[in-house]
Amino acid sequence: MEIKVLGPGCAKCKATVDLIDTVARETGADVQLTKIESMREIVGFGVMSTPGVVIGGKVVHVGSVPSRDQVKTWLK
Amino acid sequence: MSVHANEAPQGEAPGWLWSAGVVAFAVVWWLVYGQLIAVSEWIVAVLPVDRHSHTGEALAFFFYDVPKVMMLLTLIVFAMGVVRSFFSPERTRALLAGKREGVGNVMAAGLGVLTPFCSCSAVPLFIGLVSAGVPLGVTFSFLISAPMVNEVAVVLLFGLVGWKVAVTYAALGLIIAIFAGWVIGRLHLEGWLQDWVRDIHSGASAPGAVEGARLTLVDRYKLGIEAVREIFGRIWMWIILGIGMGALIHGYVPEDLMVRIMGADQWWSVPAAVAMGIPMYTNAAGVIPIVEALLGKGAALGTVLAFMMSVIALSLPEMIILRQVLTLRLIGVFVGVVGIGILTVGFIFNILF
Repeated sequence: MEIKVLGPGCAKCKATVDLIDTVARETGADVQLTKIESMREIVGFGVMSTPGVVIGGKVVHVGSVPSRDQVKTWLK
Repeated sequence: MSVHANEAPQGEAPGWLWSAGVVAFAVVWWLVYGQLIAVSEWIVAVLPVDRHSHTGEALAFFFYDVPKVMMLLTLIVFAMGVVRSFFSPERTRALLAGKREGVGNVMAAGLGVLTPFCSCSAVPLFIGLVSAGVPLGVTFSFLISAPMVNEVAVVLLFGLVGWKVAVTYAALGLIIAIFAGWVIGRLHLEGWLQDWVRDIHSGASAPGAVEGARLTLVDRYKLGIEAVREIFGRIWMWIILGIGMGALIHGYVPEDLMVRIMGADQWWSVPAAVAMGIPMYTNAAGVIPIVEALLGKGAALGTVLAFMMSVIALSLPEMIILRQVLTLRLIGVFVGVVGIGILTVGFIFNILF
């Protein structure tokens, strides 16, 4: 599964990446995690508040660090 | 918030229980808040210092103000967290798209207060607004009011200086945001955006229907609690440091020093305060206790307000972030227009009060 985290490198964006990484390792899900820090690309997804999470080209979350439960649902 | 619909998890406390909890918390809060002076005096009495010495004054100030500010912040940040759950950047964009200048500037300044905002998302938000056809000046009204009129600044002013100054600050912040945005709009500076942003702007189209996140009352309370946690995690150290600095000034700096440097008689004190504020980067939490102590020592209100607005609204790091979307010339105009607004406020205050 391809997951992209959109964010210009703020604390919350980093927390989001770490959380997805941790949950992926715990559940053994096969995840390719990429961080997107370029403003042009972030804006290209139509996201207005960061961090954003994109799975399979679709924005599934914006504006906050997702909860652990949300991340688990995505990785299923 | 999530774009996914939120389904209520099993085994969760019902909404009324949460509401009852919130009310109970408010009552306890009120009872504790009333006892703060007594407690701070008691702490200083127990410590081996003379209450009327410099150290005693400084300590009493510190032990009263730290818990007071923390309690006020908890209450207001929670309330704002709940209120903000009704607003999102996407919703704000839908409200502002297609609005004319004038009305748009007023709405944008108001929405700047209510919409969740963090300076790290200033750029995507800016582009989101501009690309939806929100006029440049209206977008600026939003970007000026969002950081300047924030609940942390207003609560701290209320708690440490008084409600009149807090209300004045909020009102003037909104007025500056409205006028500065309007002026920038009149100047028609769309050509001074960075090229790639201009391309998005010229191809602007109305945004699609907003997918509203369905939140339950419990979700909103949780967002309020999350806001308190997040803000405290970020600023608790600033509050203690700031109030510590304030306590030192309160206890040790001679009365008339600030009258000479920051008093109303020196016309240059307002521009000097604004210029000093630009490179300083701290949030409202760090600067306001200093503001309180300066006022207590005779600094003029207009000068101090100008200093505070400049620190919060004209911060160098935010300009560096905005540099990605704005040319230097446009940033210069932004700083110039907002700076003139702040100067005007400072001078008017020093003349009136």
